[in-house]
Order: sequence, then structure tokens, then C-alpha cells
Amino acid sequence: MDGERILARLRERFGPAVLEAGSPFGQPTAVLDRGVLREALDFCKVDPELGFDMLVDLTAVDYLKFPGREDGPRFEVVYHLYSLPHNQRLRLKVRVEEEGAVVPSATPLWPIANWLEREVWDMFGIRFEGHPDLRRLLMYEEFEGHPLRKDYPIQRRQPLIGPRN
Amino acid sequence: MAETATREIFLGEGSGTGSGGQNLHVNIGPQHPAMHGIIRILAELDGETVVKTDVEIGYLHRAFEKECEAGGYNNAIPFTDRLNYVSPLINNFGYAAAVEKLLGIEVTERCKYIRVLMSEISRICDHLTCIGASAMELGAITVFLYMIKAREFLWELVEDVTGARLTISYGRVGGVRADLPDGFAEKARKAFQETREVLDEVDRLLTGNRIFMDRMIGVGALSAEQSIAYGITGPLLRAAGVAYDVRKAQPYWVYDRVEFEVPTRPTGDNYARYLVRMAEMEQSMRIAEQALADMPGGAINVDFEGRPIDPASYVDRGKQGKTEGLLLLPVTLSPNLEGQNRRALERVLTHDKRVALPPKETTYGSIEGLMNHFMLIMEGYGIRPPAGEVYVPVEGANGELGFYVVSDGSDRPYRVHCRPPCLPPLAALPRLLEGGMVADVVPTFGSVNMIGGELDR
Amino acid sequence: MGVGDFFTTKLDQAIGWARKYSIFQYPFVTACCGMEYMATACSHYDIDRFGAGLARFSPRQADVLFVVGTISHKMAPVLKRVYDQMCEPKWVVAFGVCTCTGGFYDNYATVMGIDTIIPVDVYIPGCPPRPESVLDGLMKLQDRIAAGAQRY
Repeated sequence: MDGERILARLRERFGPAVLEAGSPFGQPTAVLDRGVLREALDFCKVDPELGFDMLVDLTAVDYLKFPGREDGPRFEVVYHLYSLPHNQRLRLKVRVEEEGAVVPSATPLWPIANWLEREVWDMFGIRFEGHPDLRRLLMYEEFEGHPLRKDYPIQRRQPLIGPRN
Repeated sequence: MAETATREIFLGEGSGTGSGGQNLHVNIGPQHPAMHGIIRILAELDGETVVKTDVEIGYLHRAFEKECEAGGYNNAIPFTDRLNYVSPLINNFGYAAAVEKLLGIEVTERCKYIRVLMSEISRICDHLTCIGASAMELGAITVFLYMIKAREFLWELVEDVTGARLTISYGRVGGVRADLPDGFAEKARKAFQETREVLDEVDRLLTGNRIFMDRMIGVGALSAEQSIAYGITGPLLRAAGVAYDVRKAQPYWVYDRVEFEVPTRPTGDNYARYLVRMAEMEQSMRIAEQALADMPGGAINVDFEGRPIDPASYVDRGKQGKTEGLLLLPVTLSPNLEGQNRRALERVLTHDKRVALPPKETTYGSIEGLMNHFMLIMEGYGIRPPAGEVYVPVEGANGELGFYVVSDGSDRPYRVHCRPPCLPPLAALPRLLEGGMVADVVPTFGSVNMIGGELDR
Repeated sequence: MGVGDFFTTKLDQAIGWARKYSIFQYPFVTACCGMEYMATACSHYDIDRFGAGLARFSPRQADVLFVVGTISHKMAPVLKRVYDQMCEPKWVVAFGVCTCTGGFYDNYATVMGIDTIIPVDVYIPGCPPRPESVLDGLMKLQDRIAAGAQRY
């Protein structure tokens, strides 16, 4: 099953909710509407023709300073799926605004999503609806702000002890 | 009364007053002697049985991803060294491969072989350290000393090629920094032979050892379905019986041209992970030996015609504008630049001028070379891939190591994300530990091979 | 100089000499430098020659704190606590450039040198330092110990 077939299958199932689809650099990629994300992930996992049984990676990108996309939705949450039986990869993306940055959680489907979503919350401040325990993963609770956002200065330190800068 | 006090001492405050026992909360880490890595495990114990655990990470968060956004594409290479500091070469090459895919360039044949060879040496170092450290934590210090001895042989090889033992920064976007030194193949074969002897000794010390087997067999087991659900790859998944290896599934560089097997085990416990790692080291040496034998390009140092000149006077003449005929002169480069003369770099670096720095002879010997050099080094210029995003996986020592790079068309990566291979097993650690004994925390944690640098980034 | 002064001086020298060859260290290993620390501790480089081979994995029994690897702001309170738990006299070795100055991790997550948190006796720069420079740093520490340069 090649990349085109995967994207076609997603399109016939979700229709207009697949906002963009293509294979840049040979990697099938689909941008989905946030409303169908949870359903689409479930479909990718259980559909025997797709069979994406592994959530390889989950991360986000802050497009605040990306040339030409400053006004669009600020964040993009990126899912990389891998299918062991078909040896195929798929990238799913969902765009979210800064206001009300909430994405449905994938934790019920893949337990690994628990930590990956905690990391995205920690680094970008995107909330995941239905996550059982959305705490910071890498930084400490006292840390204010989300360091991988483009408007967080790289050297703004928030030490727990010792001198402040 | 005295009994109540005793209970309180052993079981915690308040436990003496109630009728039933109370679970004991034990905090292991972040800095714990029996664990090579900083991680905090909050364990709830009922007697000696682990009932519930909470794993906290992030004690080595060093802002890798943010730092990568701050510099040019090649500036991120030193940071990738320090992700998985036990096998830094794989990280270098993985990141470089991702940027190369963005640029749409192909590295040279010889470079592909060098990358495969050095990756496998790195993988052996990683497995040696992992097995050595986890055996030491079970009390087998001899094994640790032997393994570090073997690693030292391999590090000498790495040092010969890269100039450093550990944080090597050897990969470059578009190739590698320098060619292999003279007589490397011979040295490598000798080092592999010595490593094999050590592995044989360790095999006899551990594999049939009653104590080691009792501590490892059936401990920390995870089924194949659970491993896949947790996104676990690499030796841990293969120990659960799934023969998934990025080198086989999506071959990159020349992995489709070398013969090797993917060792698997059915049980998925700590002992299976140990056996898989031992078998993988042998396979890695097999790959490395094939890469050495098949490496194209022949001898590295080629005799030039004419009189040699030392680099200082070469530069002087270039500065005075006497560049005529300079490019034809053979130069004895300084020892710091070993393996980086023009002939050598032509073999190991891509010929794309947008990406590869010109050799020093060209930089100082011609105005075009100097301009090319500055165009790649100056702020605001440098390597400029087209806008887009790629995810490139390679097989790291702990599993699938992926780099997700987003480019906005400028000379700096817009976003670099590393998919760390040891994060999924750590996320599954509570499942591995719960239901087992508290003493099994240490061997299970050792077999997971947590590397702080890539876990916390 | 009185006879009493003579004896206390000689006694200090004798104690300093004895202490210098019985370094019980606590390796506070966090990151990359730990790999070089392992290499130094093992048979190739063998820090046992300097009487520093025995690592005590309890801060209360250790004399020298080896801080090996990057200290992040999340880890800093832990380091301070381990240092406070050590008994006097005690010495601190900053192993690797991250512990000396923060190294090239100049960002929100890392501490710019552990000497902003705890006092340091010997700095061993390098990213990571080669075992030879670790041994050099260890000998410098021995000189300090022999000279009685400890804080109380």
C-alpha cells in the first residue's frame, strides 16, 4: 500500500475534514480538522488496510515566526505513525490557535501518548482533552511559561535555588 | 506501646495506630548509587512488592531543541553528540541525514560506508556500557571492568578517526568531517578481535551464571503487544519477539548491501534483552567488517607530483595574491586537519557547493574557494534548505532514533525535534516494575538502558 | 616557634599526607562526563593509584564530591542537598565544563557553573575532560588536601 492509497483512504473516510494531503519529501502527510482527529487516529489504528499500530512520535511546532504563516493558527501538533505489518509511515497534523489550544488526547489509544502529550503541554502549553494526568514532564512545576514557544527567550532562567541570572 | 513505635519506625508515621499495615513510600533517585542515570522513581511498596510507581524525568533537560533553533544547520551537530553520549556517532549521522533529505542531496559512496562503519562501532560501545553497567549494579564488577576495557579499544578507533573519544562532532551535513586515517582497517580488525575475546569472557561469566539468571529471567517482562502500544523499538522490542529494525525495514546508506541478522528472543524479560544485546554486538562487528572490506575509494593518501609546501606559507602566498598555480601545489596539512586534504574530502563530502565547506587548499588558494567558504560560514548565509519538514529515522543503539526537522528556508532550522529511543521504555517503566520486588527495580532499570541526554534532551 | 606549635604543624602535615591518599569520593554523575568518569575509574586509567578508587555511594561517608556532568535547574536543589549531607572536611571537584561554567548550554535549563550553588575546590574543564586531565585535576586536589586547604 503506497502513500497515495493511504491518503485516499483517509479522504474517502473523512472527506472535507482532511484539510490538506500530500507527500512532501516522500512522506504521506495529512492535515486534519481538529474535530475528527481522535476518530482519525482510531481509524488509522484499527483499519486493517492501514494498520498503523505504533505511535512513533508526537510533537508540536510553533509557527509564530514562520514566514508567511504568522497570522494563521499558531500551533501544529504532529503525529508520526508507523505500521509494522505494512512497513509504512504516516504523518498527521492538526492546527490549533493559541486561544483555546486544546487537542483531544490519544492516550486511550496508545499509552505512550501519555508522556508525549505531557511533554507537548510542558514545552508548548497545548492542552490535551481527556488526558488522565496532564503535568509537566521535563521542567519543574515552579517553571512559568512554555520554553519551546518562539516567544520564550532562550536565556530566561527561573532557578529554584542560587542567583537569579 | 513499644510495638506501635516500632511499627511507626518501619512503616511510616500513623501506621502504628491502625490495625492493618500501611504501604511504604520509597523515593529512589534522582541521584541514586545503583542507577546510572538521573531519574526519580516514587515507589509504593507493600512489604517488598512494588504496588505502584511514578517515574519523574527531566533532571537533565538541557534545551537541545531550543539550542538547535539558535544556530545554523551544522551548529546543531555538537548538541546531537550529547543526546546519546554513549553512541554519539549515530546521532550525528541521523541529524545530518535529516537535513540532507531536506536539501535533496546524496552523500558519496565512501561516506555512506564510513557512516555505517562508525555507527556500528558506536552501537557496540553502547551495548558494552549498558551490559557492563547493569551487571555492575547486580554486583558483577568484573564484568564492568572487562566491558570498559573493550570499550576503550573501540574508543581508540573512534579517536583515530574523529580526534575525540566521546563528543566527536564527526558528522557533517553532506558527509563527514574527515576521511579515515591510514591503516584504519587493520587497527579496526584488531580491536574487533580484542572485543570478541572480551565478549567471550563475559559470555562465560554471565550467560550461564546462576545468580545473574535468577535476577534476570522473568523479571521486568513486557509482551510484544504492550511494547508496540508503548512505541518501544530497538533491543527491547526485539527481545519481545518482534524483528523490527530500521536498518532492515527501511534501509538507509548501505545497510541493504551488507548481510546481517536481526536477533530476537521470545520472552521479553531482562535476560532476553541481555541476550539480544550480546547477539547484536556480534552482528554489528559483522556489518563493520563487511563495510571495511567493501569500502570504495582505495588508499586515502595519494602521492602528488611536485614539491610539498607547509600550510602557513601556503596561506601567506594566498594572502599576497600569489594564487597562480597554488591549487596545483600539494600541501602538507597540519596534523589537526588529518584526513581533510582535497582528495580525501572529495571522497567523503558531497560535491554540492551549497552545503559542503571547500577544502582548506581551495579556500586559501582561490578566490572562488574563499567566497564559497564565507558564504557557508557567515551569519545569515550558510546552508539554506527549502521550506518543508522531514522526519528521518535511523536505528540508534536503543531503538528508532528519529529527527524531525522543519525548515523555513532560512539558514537556521526552524524546529528540530528528536524522537528519543529510550523515552518509550521509560514511559513503560511503571508497568515493568509494578508487581515485582523492590530489588528488581535495579536490574530492570539497567536493562532499559536509560540515557539521560536523549531522554530529557 | 614554640614546641607546641612545632608538634601541631607536624601533626597537620601528617594528617594531610594521610588524607591525600584516602580519598573517598561520591560521584554525582548526571550526564556525558559520566562516561569519561567510568573510563577513568576503570583499569585503563585506574584512579586507584591515587587512593581514590573507592566510591562511597553515601554522601555521609564521602570526603570528595565529584560533580560529573551538566546540572540543570531542576537538579540544583538535589546537588545542594547532597553537598549539605556530607561531613566535614569536604572537597568538591567540578568535572567537565558544564559544571565549571555551564559550558555551551547557555539556556533556560542549565545552571551556569555549580559554584553559584556550592563552593568548588578544583575545576577540570573539558567537554568531557580526557582521563589524563582528570588525573591531573585529582593530583591538584591532593595538593590542596595535603596543604590543609579545607573549609570548616
